[in-house]
Order: sequence, then structure tokens, then C-alpha cells
Amino acid sequence: MTNPILETRNLTKIYGQNVIFKDINLKVNEGETIVIIGPSGTGKSTLLRCINLLTSHNGGQVFLDNQEITAKGHDEDKVRQQIGMVFQNFLLFNHLTALDNVMIGLTKVKKMPKDKAKEKAMEELNRVGLADRADHYPGQLSGGQQQRVAIARALAMDPRVMLFDEPTSALDPELIGEVLGVMAKLAKDRMTMLVVTHEMGFAREVADRIVFMEKGSIVEEGSPDDLFYHPKHDRTREFLWKITELYGKKEKEKGARE
Amino acid sequence: MIAFFEFFVRFLPDMLKGASITILLTVEGLSAGFVLGLLASLARVYGNKFIRGLAVSYIELFRGTPLLMQLFIIYYGLPGLGITFSRELCAFLALGLNSGAYQAEYLRGSLLAIGDGQMMAGRSIGMSRAKTIWYVILPQALRLAIPAWSNEPVSLLKSTAVVFLIAVPELMAKAKSIAAQTYDPIGTYLAVALVYLAMVYLLDAFLRWMERASRIPGFEMEGRKT
Repeated sequence: MTNPILETRNLTKIYGQNVIFKDINLKVNEGETIVIIGPSGTGKSTLLRCINLLTSHNGGQVFLDNQEITAKGHDEDKVRQQIGMVFQNFLLFNHLTALDNVMIGLTKVKKMPKDKAKEKAMEELNRVGLADRADHYPGQLSGGQQQRVAIARALAMDPRVMLFDEPTSALDPELIGEVLGVMAKLAKDRMTMLVVTHEMGFAREVADRIVFMEKGSIVEEGSPDDLFYHPKHDRTREFLWKITELYGKKEKEKGARE
Repeated sequence: MIAFFEFFVRFLPDMLKGASITILLTVEGLSAGFVLGLLASLARVYGNKFIRGLAVSYIELFRGTPLLMQLFIIYYGLPGLGITFSRELCAFLALGLNSGAYQAEYLRGSLLAIGDGQMMAGRSIGMSRAKTIWYVILPQALRLAIPAWSNEPVSLLKSTAVVFLIAVPELMAKAKSIAAQTYDPIGTYLAVALVYLAMVYLLDAFLRWMERASRIPGFEMEGRKT
């Protein structure tokens, strides 16, 4: 068993009286793609934000490469350089071109010289298939293209692990595929990824492990086959049944195309 | 009509001399006000309780009292505390401090319009709060602010007229002396009004150019595209 890159121990988040999630224990190994599924409002997005310290937590610990990043005095900005994050609503820097969006972290955070940063940024844009859109502003790109630029922006920092927070839920259906395609390619290249999504097809095909979360705790986790075909808990079966019924038609069409 | 034209031409050099000081005061006051306003708006939006309190006090104090009173306190009041500035410096201070309070409010509005998402995105690639504000939030907020902020230079240009009361020889002061010289206040003030109008017209043209030049495709306030 390899050492996990990312690990949470009893991670807990409470807003006032509301327990968002409690005692979450999660291990992400190098090169692994883990998909978190579950009904809305079960704290999946907040969990991701707590992991890269964008939101404060109320208990427990987070470890990155066996170092506790939730320890007092740990440099948050350093941590976030190593944890890439992709948001539901893209959040590109609206005043910058696609290229500058990817470059800015390299020049302003990593202090890389401009020409080297540009070269690296073009590489990342190429990786998401958008080298030809380098000088477009976010307002001139489709949602799918914006999200791919956002992925390139995160990748440019050479993160240890990438977090995806429902990266396709703000997209028109016909644009979802291009983003999932990029993510599947990353998974194949053994990028370590933690993905919150409702895309069951992606979860089944790409995930090494699926974690089913509900009401602030992990109900069940296992391989896609285990969860989809032999779920241990009734709740898991119920949720998957509901969601595949909802998405079933699309899945079938997708299957027919392939 | 011809008489007025002759009058206008005769005093034009004098008026232009005054106008150049008016312009200088406007540029100085606007620049100082911009720096102050920027700091005050950032303090008000991103500062802790104490810093926010300081910024709010400054803004409310200078927006809540007449410019003329501020000018008199600086010019007539400060010497009582042993601080004496030249007339020009007093005019500059009053205009800059006053304009800063207004500019702070214009900028605050657009800082708030940018929203938390951009801050989160900046932090997510390892930028500090300060860096995100500087490289991400401000470049967007300043662009959004331009249309509303464009009121300030125009308003300030005309506000400079009050400093003739401490005998700074700007356009309004020139008007006073020309009127006294010619016994023709109506002709004088009409002529001076034309000079003010011309300056505002040019200023407006410059501001509109600035708005266009800084525009980014697909990035503007929601609504009708102009």
C-alpha cells in the first residue's frame, strides 16, 4: 500500500448549529481518481474547499504528503499552489486572456520569467485543446472552453492533486463531454484527482474509487463495480438507482455511440 | 453679439491663464483623491474592523461637510494650530481630501460588484489576498468603476471654483477681477461659463476615450452595450 498524497482525518465542518460534515476520513493515493457522489447539500463542495483551506474547518486534520496542512502557522498560499482547484462556475479572471489566465500564477506566484511562463502556459492550453484560443477573453469563450482554461490554469502550477467541484454542472449538456474528456485524459496520465460530480458515466468509467456521501458523512466507498453492482447499503442503491434513472437515457445514448 | 465676441477675445488670454490653474488644481486634486479614494475603498471593503472604521470616518467626514468649510478650516483654521500652508497647497489639500472621499465610494461599489468568486479563484492558485486584490480584483473593479467615476473629474473641475475665496488665481478669481474691471458682470460670467463648458466638453471626450480604450470583450456591467 502506497502512502496517500492526501488524507483527511476526522475532518469536520459546522456552520452555527448546522453540521455540514463530520469525521470525514478520506485517503487519496498517488495517481488515483476518486469521485465523490451524493445528494446536493451533503457537504461535498464544502469538503473540497476545506481540503485546500479556502474554507476553515472546525475539527480534524488534512495531510498533504504526510504533512499536516491544517496545522497552525502552515503557509496556506504554499499549500494551495500544490492543490489545484476547478470550480463549478469556472471563475476565470475576466480581465485576462486565456493565456494570461494560465500564466498569472506562474509569473506572480512562482516568479517564473515571462517567456518560460508563456511556454509552459501554452503547453497547458495545448493539453486541454485550446492553444488556438490563447488570446481570447473569457467572455469570448463557451462555458466548456472556459472550464478547460480553468483546468489548464490549475495544472500550470504542477499541483500534487487536483480538486474538481462539480466541474460540469454549470454547462450546457453538449459542452459537458469536452470537459469530461479532458478530465479522463488527466486520469489516464495518472494525475491524482478528487472529483465531486453527478456524472455517473464519468464516475463509472474513470474513477478508481467512488465515495458515496450523504448528510455529512461517508456512507460507503469502493470500486465503481462494487458500488454500482453490489452496494452494501440500501441508501447507496437507492441513490444510484434514482440518479441512473434520471441520467439513464443519456448513458444509453452514449453507450450506443461508443 | 459682436460686442460680446470682442469682449471674449479681449479677455481670453486672461481667462486661459485662470483656466490653466483650474486644470492644474483639477488634475492634482483628482490624482491625490484617487490615491486616497483607492486606499479608503480597499480599507473599507477588505480591512479589519479598526481600519474599516478609519476609512468610514474619513469618507463620512469629507462627504458630509461642505467643501468650502473644509477649505476654510485648512486655510483659516490650521494656522491657529501653528500649521500654515500656502494658498495653493491649501486648495490642493481641500480638493484632494474631498475628492478622495467621493472616489472611495465609486470604487467601493465596483469592488463589491466583483464578488468573492474572483478572490477564491486567485487564492486557489496560491496567490495571497493582497496579490489577488492587486492583480485580479483591482484591474476589474477599476474598469467597472469608470462610467460612474467619470462624474468625479467633471464635478471636481467645477468645484475648484470655490478656491477663489482664498484668492487662488484660478478661472473664477479671474472672472471676479474682470467683472470688477469692466463693470460687466453678465458678459464676464457668460464668457467664463463658456470656458468652463469647453473644458468639461474636452474632459468628457477624454473620459469616453478612456472607457473605450480599457474595455475588454465580454467584460462589462450587465445591461445594454453602448
